[in-house]
Amino acid sequence: MERSPPQSPGPGKAGDAPNRRSGHVRGARVLSPPGRRARLSSPGPSRSSEAREELRSRLLGLIERSRVVIFSKSYCPHSTRVKELFSSLGVECNVLELDQVDDGARVQEVLSEITNQKTVPNIFVNKVHVGGCDQTFQAYQSGLLQKLLQEDSAYDYDLIIIGGGSGGLSCAKEAAILGKKVMVLDFVVPSPQGTSWGLGGTCVNVGCIPKKLMHQAALLGQALCDSRKFGWEYNQQVRHNWETMTKAIQNHISSLNWGYRLSLREKAVAYVNSYGEFVEHHKIKATNKKGQETYYTAAQFVIATGERPRYLGIQGDKEYCITSDDLFSLPYCPGKTLVVGASYVALECAGFLAGFGLDVTVMVRSILLRGFDQEMAEKVGSYMEQHGVKFLRKFIPVMVQQLEKGSPGKLKVLAKSTEGTETIEGVYNTVLLAIGRDSCTRKIGLEKIGVKINEKSGKIPVNDVEQTNVPYVYAVGDILEDKPELTPVAIQSGKLLAQRLFGASLEKCDYINVPTTVFTPLEYGCCGLSEEKAIEVYKKENLEIYHTLFWPLEWTVAGRENNTCYAKIICNKFDHDRVIGFHILGPNAGEVTQGFAAAMKCGLTKQLLDDTIGIHPTCGEVFTTLEITKSSGLDITQKGCG
Amino acid sequence: MAAMAVALRGLGGRFRWRTQAVAGGVRGAARAGQRDYDLLVVGGGSGGLACAKEAAQLGRKVAVVDYVEPSPQGTRWGLGGTCVNVGCIPKKLMHQAALLGGLIQDAPNYGWEVAQPVPHDWRKMAEAVQNHVKSLNWGHRVQLQDRKVKYFNIKASFVDEHTVCGVAKGGKEILLSADHIIIATGGRPRYPTHIEGALEYGITSDDIFWLKESPGKTWHPTDVALECAGFLTGIGLDTTIMMRSIPLRGFDQQMSSMVIEHMASHGTRFLRGCAPSRVRRLPDGQLQVTWEDCTTGKEDTGTFDTVLWAIGRVPDTRSLNLEKAGVDTSPDTQKILVDSREATSVPHIYAVGDVVEGRPELTPTAIMAGRLLVQRLFGGSSDLMDYDNVPTTVFTPLEYGCVGLSEEEAVAHHGQEHVEVYHAHYKPLEFTVAGRDASQCYVKMVCLREPPQLVLGLHFLGPNAGEVTQGFALGIKCGASYAQVMRTVGIHPTCSEEVVKLRISKRSGLDPTVTGC
Repeated sequence: MERSPPQSPGPGKAGDAPNRRSGHVRGARVLSPPGRRARLSSPGPSRSSEAREELRSRLLGLIERSRVVIFSKSYCPHSTRVKELFSSLGVECNVLELDQVDDGARVQEVLSEITNQKTVPNIFVNKVHVGGCDQTFQAYQSGLLQKLLQEDSAYDYDLIIIGGGSGGLSCAKEAAILGKKVMVLDFVVPSPQGTSWGLGGTCVNVGCIPKKLMHQAALLGQALCDSRKFGWEYNQQVRHNWETMTKAIQNHISSLNWGYRLSLREKAVAYVNSYGEFVEHHKIKATNKKGQETYYTAAQFVIATGERPRYLGIQGDKEYCITSDDLFSLPYCPGKTLVVGASYVALECAGFLAGFGLDVTVMVRSILLRGFDQEMAEKVGSYMEQHGVKFLRKFIPVMVQQLEKGSPGKLKVLAKSTEGTETIEGVYNTVLLAIGRDSCTRKIGLEKIGVKINEKSGKIPVNDVEQTNVPYVYAVGDILEDKPELTPVAIQSGKLLAQRLFGASLEKCDYINVPTTVFTPLEYGCCGLSEEKAIEVYKKENLEIYHTLFWPLEWTVAGRENNTCYAKIICNKFDHDRVIGFHILGPNAGEVTQGFAAAMKCGLTKQLLDDTIGIHPTCGEVFTTLEITKSSGLDITQKGCG
Repeated sequence: MAAMAVALRGLGGRFRWRTQAVAGGVRGAARAGQRDYDLLVVGGGSGGLACAKEAAQLGRKVAVVDYVEPSPQGTRWGLGGTCVNVGCIPKKLMHQAALLGGLIQDAPNYGWEVAQPVPHDWRKMAEAVQNHVKSLNWGHRVQLQDRKVKYFNIKASFVDEHTVCGVAKGGKEILLSADHIIIATGGRPRYPTHIEGALEYGITSDDIFWLKESPGKTWHPTDVALECAGFLTGIGLDTTIMMRSIPLRGFDQQMSSMVIEHMASHGTRFLRGCAPSRVRRLPDGQLQVTWEDCTTGKEDTGTFDTVLWAIGRVPDTRSLNLEKAGVDTSPDTQKILVDSREATSVPHIYAVGDVVEGRPELTPTAIMAGRLLVQRLFGGSSDLMDYDNVPTTVFTPLEYGCVGLSEEEAVAHHGQEHVEVYHAHYKPLEFTVAGRDASQCYVKMVCLREPPQLVLGLHFLGPNAGEVTQGFALGIKCGASYAQVMRTVGIHPTCSEEVVKLRISKRSGLDPTVTGC
């Protein structure tokens, strides 16, 4: 196979090609301010990007119009094999020999942007990118190629998306905006406790949204305590009413569900409340609540089925335990609660439950917040511990028994030590499992069309354009292997995927330096690498870590503890002290972290932090005055305000 | 006192080579190398203290003189300057008290069973805030001590260009000389000069934070005291603002008017286009204010418990005898004129902070300018202070954070056709369940129109605006483009993620109201 040569900026002739679309674009640009539009004769960056755009639309036009396009080189043996294959099938092909056209190198470059494939031959069948020589032969052997050739444009839809969560919906809406015929299949399989919900996926129904609202309710409890110190007078014991809160939150969620349905309707996306399953290539079976089956076909598919909470697989877990799928709409206060797990879901739930004044215990098998910076994770945990959450470390449940029915009832939990033979028993009203999540990829017929999944994790491996091993099937969201499981990531990747599929952009989703925040009682925001990961990648001696404890101004008068909030940045000494990890533990960590994440996208360095003026008095300003390095071992406790 | 000065001089008698300073015509001044201090800082506020601590850390012999002239109402305070005593710190704490009042109202929606309304006790809040401020005063003194900076609680004035005379509370005088002198005396609130009763009955921000009793029904003839009016309204007081012209001069005008709109819809009364003419005390102790409507010329009156003037600040330079040292000030503003190295017309006399002409009046700018100045003086550095893209936040009930250019400035510098403004209305998640109105939650990013669409300014109106703005200020400092900001993944669900989701340009005319999630 032929690798494309390195970027060749030379003066291509692409701009001369007659093309109605680009002509139109050029016409529109007359309205742009002077200087933006470069004349074809004047060299400059905008000239080459304009020429590139034209070439790109020319190629997309070619792909759009042809049944089969082979981008080939006349001397390449692999190209020859593919051409022979199609001629043996009696299929006429549009062949573009890149070594025989003037702008062949540039075509290859643009092609690699469109398809993420740098080599020839590069084959498209009925607008679907099949791949190179090997993939074409594989498709031929599996029958997919014949299918592709047959079905021409006789599909019901341009795009069917399985899963109406953040990623699926953003992809659907974007594709619809680009004028495509789109269908979304969404179906919530009720949890073992019978909980189910509306359109919008995890984030809206059983994730970020209700979680943050319950977190806010818990923060309000803290604010009520603080407010006395700030002069607000009330003497009565303030109690929290679970039902009132849950009802208000569920009302808000219902309005969001409704909003999603409306916005799909407005954009003419077909929404079907059915369970989607592949039955053969390009064909899906949709089963609704009543068991009625309907079949739909599409040229391309996006899998965005997300994940559901994992169960322990012990006696009594599915019968008596709840998960985050159930908690946010629980019709009664959970009472004394055992949270099993130390994921961010576990700690966030434990945090707000304790904030309502409930007796909460967290059972942890090994470490807190796996994958996050462990120093920060321990600080998150110790703050929770100081604020009434009990931790049972190095234990796992082995059996859950019901002692009493009720709302809530009484459950007996038997747990054993992970280190010895010790067992313990406890009685709780509610046991909440938050030990991880499993991808919903095993029961959607992927094996029927040969989409590979990671057998162990159930996750779907994709290339950097979110394409699975089956060329017309893509995936976004939490089911992607080795990608962050975050709503905004899914939204961004879904949207960009639709733009790429339908020719609006070439931009790929950037999974680097994705910021996130854990909404534990003391919030933890981060972006970039954890200290452990940074040491693993860059070696300890190449890093400089700056850190400090701080005391938010609002905490002083409220009489809350000093030397609890903490800020840390990790810098690469050999790259201008570039900030490669950002960590903050404190109030409003999410609000603080976002802007710094944008700055990290722009190459934030320690020097720039030092040169930036703080906003006084905020928590965020602490990053503009970081002086003490971790390696110095100097004391970072705050004695007063400075 | 004289003995003390002598003793200090003895301490300063270290041998050091130094070029002969310009000393012509100086009477009684110590010669270079024999002066009391390497650095004398006049003014113990944020800028002055930062200078003093930095110089001490670099091994210099430093003194700080600070003296708080009581306000016309007799209010005085300790070391630390405006920010700590009568500025940022007490203001943000009282703002927090008001925010907590809002949260108490939210609480029932989130299931907390609090009987409403909850009354507010000014005394309790004021005492807590004042105690915190006093602990900071103490902290500053300890820090100076730790760093061996000599602190004098004296009122200073120049004797000559190397010598300052200080008068202590009891009237005792002391002479202090230094090789370098930094003036950081800041500013004080301005009183109107032609309004009968203004000085007698009115208070300023110098007094409000130190009131023992609630100010009651208050009246602010103002264009800057939105923050004070905001928290007073927030703790349940009847508050009226009188404005002659536009609020928040120098800030983005669209944002300013939204700030006002929000305050007006949350109970602060506004009297626009009016000018006060007279304040009188009524027999029952209340204050009667008379004002004139500037357009109709009609007079009107109202009675209030407190009248708070917030009509600007004047630099504290009058009593410094700057002419003795030859330090030039602006004839219009009386502020000290400096160059980019913060040097005044006298090369070894510098000025930082609010007292300087043409600088943003912000604590962190004063601190950074002070530290950089001292590093240039004693640390071999040549880094100059960059006054561009200074982020700031106005802690009105709905906070307003901004960095970089306002839309007006951007248009003025680059021309309307070269500026693209992206904007959005949004609803903070917490507002939904609380049933709060989010009409004024708004964010806008001012960019160049030419790709890569460099970000010129960011304006954010909403909860925690200060926290949101800080990081983006870094981004703008890094030369962020619109595309780079859009490529940043949001943190969900936060308010700050709205910034990285700004897709609608003003030019497009599309509705910037965010719907759904």
